[in-house]
Amino acid sequence: MPQSSAQALKANPFHRKKASRELKEGLIQFVLLLAGLSCVATTLAIMYILIIESVHFFQQVSLVEFLTSKDWSPLFDPPGYGILPLVSGTLTTTLVALVVAVPMGTIAAVYVSEFASPKVRETVKPILELLAGIPTVVYGYFALLFVTPILQWLYAPIGPILSEKLPATLSESAPWLAEWLQRTFPIELSGFNMLGPGIVMGLMITPLISSISEDAMRAVPVSLREGSYSMGATRFQTAWKVVFPAAISGIIAAYILGISRAVGETMIVAIAAGLQPNFTFNPLESAATITAYIVQVSLGDLPHGSLEYQTIFAAGLTLVLVTLVFNILGYLLTQRFREKY
Amino acid sequence: MAQGDMAQENFKTVQDGVSKRQFLSAAFSILGLLVILVSTIVLLALVVQLFVQGYPRLNWQFFTSFPSSNYQEAGILAAWVGSFLVMLVTVTIAVPLGVAAGIYLEEYGGKNWLAAIIEINVTNLAGVPSIVYGLLALGFFNDTLGLGDSISTAGLTLALLILPIVIVTTREALRAIPNSLREAAYAVGSSKWQVIWDHILPCSYGSILTGIIIGLSRAIGETAPLITIGALTFIAFLPPAPIQPDFPFISFEWLKAPFTVMPIQMFNWVSRPEPEFQVNAAAAGAVLIVMTLTMNGLAIYLRYRFRKGVKW
Repeated sequence: MPQSSAQALKANPFHRKKASRELKEGLIQFVLLLAGLSCVATTLAIMYILIIESVHFFQQVSLVEFLTSKDWSPLFDPPGYGILPLVSGTLTTTLVALVVAVPMGTIAAVYVSEFASPKVRETVKPILELLAGIPTVVYGYFALLFVTPILQWLYAPIGPILSEKLPATLSESAPWLAEWLQRTFPIELSGFNMLGPGIVMGLMITPLISSISEDAMRAVPVSLREGSYSMGATRFQTAWKVVFPAAISGIIAAYILGISRAVGETMIVAIAAGLQPNFTFNPLESAATITAYIVQVSLGDLPHGSLEYQTIFAAGLTLVLVTLVFNILGYLLTQRFREKY
Repeated sequence: MAQGDMAQENFKTVQDGVSKRQFLSAAFSILGLLVILVSTIVLLALVVQLFVQGYPRLNWQFFTSFPSSNYQEAGILAAWVGSFLVMLVTVTIAVPLGVAAGIYLEEYGGKNWLAAIIEINVTNLAGVPSIVYGLLALGFFNDTLGLGDSISTAGLTLALLILPIVIVTTREALRAIPNSLREAAYAVGSSKWQVIWDHILPCSYGSILTGIIIGLSRAIGETAPLITIGALTFIAFLPPAPIQPDFPFISFEWLKAPFTVMPIQMFNWVSRPEPEFQVNAAAAGAVLIVMTLTMNGLAIYLRYRFRKGVKW
């Protein structure tokens, strides 16, 4: 034999083809990995930019003032750099949104998952999905020019009673209550308030909550339902006393993701809530949220590198940290409910 | 006799209990329908309100005019051209990147730590508020890379924003392909990439397309991240045309041009104090909502069709 078997193998065209094929495969896998890493790069870039600019900001403004002062007026003289008014605005609008979205989303989810016929389910789901697909700027318009006027009209007969007549009769028997009523309820609802955008935001996140809750309830095994029905339970009892508790961690995850969505929502509040940094938890007043402040400042011509420019990054960092906590909580809960059965 | 009475009474109590519980069930059924009805009515009210308000401005001139300080002459030409060009950049970046990342995670990733990190990142990015992408764009694309307030910055920003949507739907589409198909392809000697490229992708392109459309309809309505990068609200010119009459016929100058998009134009009109401009805002909103609802409807229809047509 003149040639060794190894050499023969190398000379074999089939083998050469295989080697080049493996090289090509490796190359493709590497390129695909790079595409996947673009997500990691995005996260790193977000954190890098926010932290760098916030560090510059906190070199000039103390962290104590930022976290405790109730005055947010970075564009005025003398400036105030307390984030609390923006946080209170964000919390209030989020709370109003949840008061709307949690009951509506839960009821819709229970109904669609446990009561509705497959036909109804197939028609309802797309409608809810369409609701989630509407641009938020359109929802903002809707809140300002449709929902707020309706609220003003509804409030018109109630306002004078709560802010004038009732305090007048109570001023002697319970002066503190009279004062509180006067302070809390305006005579007329202003065109900018947190109630309108909050309600609209709630309608917007209802589909999110109902679709995740429904998935969680669908994951509950049928045997549990059958057990319940065999004991003579009605649909209502089965849904609320068996399926709902079994899916509770997934449903709570849906609520938490809803919160995180409401906290980060921008255009609805920027259009309809009034853009006034105002330390209040009263939804009848106007206020600014963290996101709305960022929009407001970005609309002006910002000198890059100035303190005003850095405030939006400090506000952005606060926003990211808050939503991050909620997102991690929601993620952990969804992981748990998936592995339960 | 007394025993018979008692049995009768017991029977009656049970019957009352049953009918009470059945009533609760029926009442909840109605409540559920009511909630869904409210959602539908809101959707309807929103669309009707936009069209009724904006109807007087919905004419040809509205689509072919630049914004103006006179509300009757103002139009959305710059906005819809801007939206279209920004979407063009977004698609060219988000689709290859997102589909590739989805393929990696689903077909190659397996259980290694790198795939786990990417996966956590995708979940996390999907929950980041959109305005934060605007801050990223302002700090990174605009300042650090020096792209300025241009169409390319906007396109890149929205591409990153919809990347998680494209990745997640691509993964779901690939997961829906049964393993027998992969095994059959391997059995005739295909390499991994040949299996994916020749068999898995052609079978799942319908669902992937659905995800891309949903992502794009999200991107086309997105406002906040583009406001932060300083998109102008008053633009009375069009970006340079991509196709030129002279050599080399194709120009990329438009990538560097300042721009405005539909939702920003609408936001600008909504925030004006003059009530006349609200009519323009409504008209722009009507156009925007037709665009996004059509895209969403198309995505829902496609998903329905592909799910129905394919029987594994």
